[in-house]
Amino acid sequence: MGLTTDLIGTSRPGGTLLITRSRLRFFARATGQSDPVFIDEAAARRAGHRDLPVPPTFFFSVDLEAPDPFAYLDALGVDLRAVLHGEQEFVYHRTAHAGDELSSSTVVTDVYDKKGGELQFMVTETPIVDQDGKRVVTMRNTLVVRQLAGVGA
Amino acid sequence: MTTTPLTVGDHLTDLVIEPISRTTLALFAGASGDHNPVHIDSDVAASAGLDDVFAHGMLSMAYLARLLTDNFGIDNVRSYRTRFASITPVHGQPTCRGVVREVSEVDGERLATLDLTVELSDGTTTMLGEAVISLD
Repeated sequence: MGLTTDLIGTSRPGGTLLITRSRLRFFARATGQSDPVFIDEAAARRAGHRDLPVPPTFFFSVDLEAPDPFAYLDALGVDLRAVLHGEQEFVYHRTAHAGDELSSSTVVTDVYDKKGGELQFMVTETPIVDQDGKRVVTMRNTLVVRQLAGVGA
Repeated sequence: MTTTPLTVGDHLTDLVIEPISRTTLALFAGASGDHNPVHIDSDVAASAGLDDVFAHGMLSMAYLARLLTDNFGIDNVRSYRTRFASITPVHGQPTCRGVVREVSEVDGERLATLDLTVELSDGTTTMLGEAVISLD
């Protein structure tokens, strides 16, 4: 078990998240964001937005909205405690706002290892679309699985 | 919005973050939907051979995104990517930095490419990144 090159090209469904103002305000609070554009609807409108805009990295949360977002790792025999985030990329196609319903899906684009298999890498691409099917963001993620020395898996 | 730097080599004003508390990690777990217990449950961290919980990489990426939106506004961020170079322990204090690497014109749009870093107060670089920003 673990990450093998057989996974390249396989896909999995993601999550769907109806973006609410309250969730965006919660995210702003958790990230120390004080710019009123991300908190106050009136300030957002004054800045030309139709509602609170979705901040640059919140899209990652859409995919985590799946009922059991780490189940696919379990199914691969990967211990969640051994997983590190290696790289993350966002390419922005349009600004999303509170009221939008965003959905993700993921395809595995690469699997490789380093240090003689001590570290395993999985690269995925996750497009995010809105309720009209329009592409909002493309995410690319590199996940790293390390060996848990002396720890029962 | 602060003054937009236009010249290669310009530095954005550093964004200094408060030391990351356990409360922040709990809030970020809830707000982001990343409930991986290794960030919020010290028992789980210990079972993985770690000294303590550590911050979500995406928390640092969210802090660094504030540097981008503070300076340029959200509509102007074209792409943003980071490599997580080392973990951020609980109580770590990140500083987010950006410097203009390149200014170019693509299809009539002026774009700036920024080199980005997040560094802890002990000098550890936790994140290296890049963003492309529209200057128009």
